[in-house]
Amino acid sequence: MEKIERGKALKTGRDYEDIKFRRKVFMSKCVKKAMSLFRIVTLIGISYIVLSPMISIISRAFFSESDVYNAMVYLIPQNGTLKNFKLAILRMDYWKTLGYSLLYIGSLAILQLFICSMVGYGFARFQFPFKKLLFGCVILTIVIPSYTIMLPLYMHFRNFDPLHLFGLLGIGAKNWLTTVKPVYLMTMLGCGLRSGLFIYIFIQFFRGIPKELEEAAFVDGAGAFRTYFTIMLPNAVPSLITVTVFSLVWQYNDSFYSGLFGIKSDYLLSVKLASLTGTINSLDQIVNPEIQQAYLDAGIVLMVVPIVIIYIILQRKFIEGVERSGIVG
Amino acid sequence: MKHRKKMTLSRKRSITGLIFISPWLIGFLTYYVRSLIQTGIFAFSEVKDASNGGFTTTFVGVNNFKYAFMQDAEFNQILVNSIRDIVIDVPMIIFFSLFLAILLNGKFRGRTLFRALLFLPVIMNAGVILNAIRDAQTAISGGLSAVAKDMAVTKSSTMSMMLSTFVEFGIPRKLIVYLTQAIERIFNIVRASGVQTIIFIASLQSISGSLYEVAKIEGATAYETFWKITFPMVSPLILTNIVYTIVDSFVTSEVVKKAEEMAFTNFEYGISSAMSLISTLVVCLILLIFGYFLSKKTYYYN
Repeated sequence: MEKIERGKALKTGRDYEDIKFRRKVFMSKCVKKAMSLFRIVTLIGISYIVLSPMISIISRAFFSESDVYNAMVYLIPQNGTLKNFKLAILRMDYWKTLGYSLLYIGSLAILQLFICSMVGYGFARFQFPFKKLLFGCVILTIVIPSYTIMLPLYMHFRNFDPLHLFGLLGIGAKNWLTTVKPVYLMTMLGCGLRSGLFIYIFIQFFRGIPKELEEAAFVDGAGAFRTYFTIMLPNAVPSLITVTVFSLVWQYNDSFYSGLFGIKSDYLLSVKLASLTGTINSLDQIVNPEIQQAYLDAGIVLMVVPIVIIYIILQRKFIEGVERSGIVG
Repeated sequence: MKHRKKMTLSRKRSITGLIFISPWLIGFLTYYVRSLIQTGIFAFSEVKDASNGGFTTTFVGVNNFKYAFMQDAEFNQILVNSIRDIVIDVPMIIFFSLFLAILLNGKFRGRTLFRALLFLPVIMNAGVILNAIRDAQTAISGGLSAVAKDMAVTKSSTMSMMLSTFVEFGIPRKLIVYLTQAIERIFNIVRASGVQTIIFIASLQSISGSLYEVAKIEGATAYETFWKITFPMVSPLILTNIVYTIVDSFVTSEVVKKAEEMAFTNFEYGISSAMSLISTLVVCLILLIFGYFLSKKTYYYN
């Protein structure tokens, strides 16, 4: 290498050091280009893995009957049709159920935000007896899988009688299964879907806020709750967005609690989708599984699109939110 | 003179603190503590539905556990499979999501798009959609049902079609099955890495740039930079991610289905509780082992 460079230096009359420097710059540029090529290729490969089931589902949703039977058709239908969508919309009672579902997850997300941030603030900023133990319990709720308690929950809500109050009042135990009330109640008491994780996120965030803010508020005469509402919450926007996105997405897709409590399908899109195959089987007499598949795919697309839209809207704020929310560092 | 207990400031603060966490406290005691105790009781007894809507329990000792381990045809198999899957998948998920986070960290065109993309599996992870995908594979590859039964879980019909042609070529079926499972594992890992990658990206961005500058000035190579700066700064989150991944993979495993089936199809509440308890204990044990080894090696930056 040195001989070549010295030769080149003699020929072109440039400095030897200069030649060496230019070579180094060229090599590092090549490495950079190779790295970004590698990066693009890897990312495209990963995107394929992530997207491939969705792509095949979306394309199958547009297949007409002839396309389903046509073995040559793979991704692009020859006689594309919207018939599957129309039927799926009809059988899933789409618009009404979608409205209910959005209301459901929206209200639950707001509840989660409110309750979990309150609990997180309490843990982060106050000292009270057994605090360490209770904090360990929060971690416990994250770690213990929810199906461990599914049976007692089921029984508890089958004869719902809090503190035997109903019995005392002479009403008798109520059966709260098949309604959404259990989910609301549990969320209000800080034990909703993945609430432990959200509480943890808020605890980490509030720990990172300087104490001076609070002390300033206290000096100005604000009580604890006033401080919480007017000072803490506006600062916690990154965490709020993170928790909102997670809560919306997970609640929308939840099939554990909705299955456990047998929530009626009028409310939830996910339940409606699960029963779609049966519905079109019996009501429309469509028996062939491959054709059923096409309708089911239309239903899946219908179910996934709203949440993807919501995610895309919130997405940029969400990534920033995770960075700044303090789960990390 | 009467002595009154003064409401000191610290007292007041601690009561306020308790008020703040009170919703969670009530919920935790009612739903978690009581339920755990009840599950424990159920696991050791035989539970039958009583006519008035309640239930009766009769203590039967460790019979339920014995049934789960010795008599039930599938439980042991499912448990061992889940544990094996976790032990193999979790390290790979962590490595892969860290790798992906580093890849996505630099500024380049389309970065936002790719970040949005990789969170997509988390969105589409509804149980219903997964079932539908699985049914899709069986329906499409229904003609090759003998081979397809092993391949039916492959998440892409191209894959099963391509691999089935290899069977025609006379390549041993066992190899095909093994390859399919390996590929499926890769698919699973990629799909399960969404949340972890986001957490790693966030942590990578919180590493202060001055550390990297100093390293560059001192002449560290990229390899050294990674192992001496990036990796230690990210290590607290490796533990967090491992906990999350383990819990996540257990929740979506077969064990849950088995317990649910026991409870709601066979109405054997006691056995179902025993199964739940066993798998929970297994999860906690795995977590303790992983956690113990990792906290030794974690470096906390303060």
